[in-house]
Amino acid sequence: MPMIEYQNIFTQVQVQGTPEMGMNDNGRMMEERTKNPFFSTLAGFLGNAQIGPIYLGWTGLVSLFTGILALNIIGLNMLAQVDWSIPEFIRQGFWLALEPPSPEYGLTIPPLYDGGWYIIASFFLLISVMSWWARSWLLAKEQKMGKHVFWAFGSAIWLFLVLGLFRPILMGSWSEAVPYGIFPHLDWTTAFSIRYGNLYYNPFHCLSIVFLYGSVLLFAMHGGTILAVTRYGGDRELEQIVDRGTATERAALFWRWTMGFNATMEGIHRWAWWFAVLTPITGGIGILLTGTVVDNWFIWAQEHHFAPAYDGSYGYEAYGQTYQSFIGGGE
Amino acid sequence: MLPWFKNWNKDNPTDIYGPAILVGVLGVAVIVAAFVVVVGQPFATKSLQTGPRGTGMVQTEFVSEIENEDPTLAAYYTEEPYVPEDGDRLASEVYENVQVLGNVTEDNFNRIMLAMTQWVSPEQGCAYCHVGAADGNYANDELYTMKVARRMIQMTQNLNEGWAGHVNANQEVGVNCYTCHRGENVPSDIWFRITPVNEAAEGWAAVQNRVTMQSQYTSLPSDALETYLLEDEPIGVHDFASHVDSDPTDPNTATWQDAERTYSLMNYVSNSLGVNCTFCHNTRAFYDGTQVTPQWATESLGIAMVKEMNQDYLVPLEGEYPENRLGPVYGDAPKAACKTCHKGYQQPLQGLNVIADWPELATTSGEYSYE
Repeated sequence: MPMIEYQNIFTQVQVQGTPEMGMNDNGRMMEERTKNPFFSTLAGFLGNAQIGPIYLGWTGLVSLFTGILALNIIGLNMLAQVDWSIPEFIRQGFWLALEPPSPEYGLTIPPLYDGGWYIIASFFLLISVMSWWARSWLLAKEQKMGKHVFWAFGSAIWLFLVLGLFRPILMGSWSEAVPYGIFPHLDWTTAFSIRYGNLYYNPFHCLSIVFLYGSVLLFAMHGGTILAVTRYGGDRELEQIVDRGTATERAALFWRWTMGFNATMEGIHRWAWWFAVLTPITGGIGILLTGTVVDNWFIWAQEHHFAPAYDGSYGYEAYGQTYQSFIGGGE
Repeated sequence: MLPWFKNWNKDNPTDIYGPAILVGVLGVAVIVAAFVVVVGQPFATKSLQTGPRGTGMVQTEFVSEIENEDPTLAAYYTEEPYVPEDGDRLASEVYENVQVLGNVTEDNFNRIMLAMTQWVSPEQGCAYCHVGAADGNYANDELYTMKVARRMIQMTQNLNEGWAGHVNANQEVGVNCYTCHRGENVPSDIWFRITPVNEAAEGWAAVQNRVTMQSQYTSLPSDALETYLLEDEPIGVHDFASHVDSDPTDPNTATWQDAERTYSLMNYVSNSLGVNCTFCHNTRAFYDGTQVTPQWATESLGIAMVKEMNQDYLVPLEGEYPENRLGPVYGDAPKAACKTCHKGYQQPLQGLNVIADWPELATTSGEYSYE
């Protein structure tokens, strides 16, 4: 019988010992770090068992403060909507939302109860997100790293700004923004697609889906490949980029056997980064064009000859069926 | 205990898990296969194609559900009419205070009264409408139920006569009292106005995001039925050109909020008929009248029909009802919509012809065809 080894999402190896404090090459980097890192076995199942040191800095503090403020404005509005009843708040939680203003207010400041709170919450959320974005630049700079994470986060922020800032301004109404609520933001998504004649015919939506599903595929291929060659040191990917060992050779040969072509230890990460980053970039372009440049994507697709025409009639009678036969009755 | 067994195991290490899993998997497979062969496929489905291949236009149902008879069918009461003969007296000549159906012969009038009792008040009997029934006085119309019943007879006649395109769309089905009432004094699946549903909110924020019957338990707007089936707001939200100059702040421009309300109505229609979007629409272009099934036209007629029922018949009765029959929020009259008749089926009472025996309910003319 072959030996079956059970593996799951939890890491197989945990390192716990003296906390690693990190670099301090300019002598001042310890100033704003917390001093007492600790170990968590639970965290170790998912990633590094060491928690801290944490460096918040002014960007982190501003981001946390404004973010918590925005969340509280949203939550308290939901609570007010159910007349401050905690059981109702829990019961209706997934249904409740802080909605953008009604359309008639355009880009003016609406009453608090009809989108005013939404504008205020959005303002604080904007500060929170932008401040966290700045932080991802500053911390990378401190570590003398590239700014790849900053730019990747920027692509997500692009989509966020298109949805809540750029497109509403182009449309001339804050009412076009997305509600803050679990089900209500999904309702917005459906209604948005239906209102503008089916977003599936928006080529940038197509591209965004390609990159999203592509990211998933690449992530699975890459994760699978590296886990498969971990036994040969393949998880030390950075070393393998410059000093290719048997792990890389085996992984590369596997994919060449499989499909004639393989990524490299470096290239796979560029593929993954670009696929991930292009998902919200193309998606954001698609949203920005909707209602501003194109108002009915299906008709647009017909005009550009990529909405196919189908042969065949409509209605079940056209296919020789009756309702009575469908429900099992006679003719 | 049993040291020889322990020692034997220690000396003869054997992988028992591999064979155990193999035997287990094979055993379960044999049992499942035997079950399917003997009992049959328990989740068999049946489908109804509604559009061209490749468009996903199909209704799929479990056979176990679709072939279940509507449970209210068994209690349906009907009786063939008595063909009038010369010398038959009319109800208006025999009885006092007959305001509708006065032109019906005595026998047929009594036949209808008996059936209405079976359809609407099988437990209370005649006295549900006729306050003096116990003393043989059927002319007294003090009770609100009698006044409402008269109007409902007129409504039924109007539906069968004026809306045959909907109620007889595929075959003669028609409607009578039982189509909605099903043996209950008050039909199930009626509705009332309830918006705004949220405190501390105005505008669009006030009418949605709550679990209500009117929103079909979604977070979509709860005012779809009153907006489209009582008032005359347009349901469509689309632009019919790829590029148009539209401004969301213009009240005549359909916004995504309007699309949500339309979607709420469409959810209601789907659930009322037990169908999905593709029963009427090719979902790639919901608005396109060239990519719809014949059911779409039937449904459009149905929406207009429901609007007329509510505006001309049900809402004007508001003053007649006692308080316990009125809406919980606004004290408004009970209103009808798709589900009040359909009750979750494509055709009410699964397409049973409920008008063939009741020519008196099929026309507002007062001339009845007993062919």
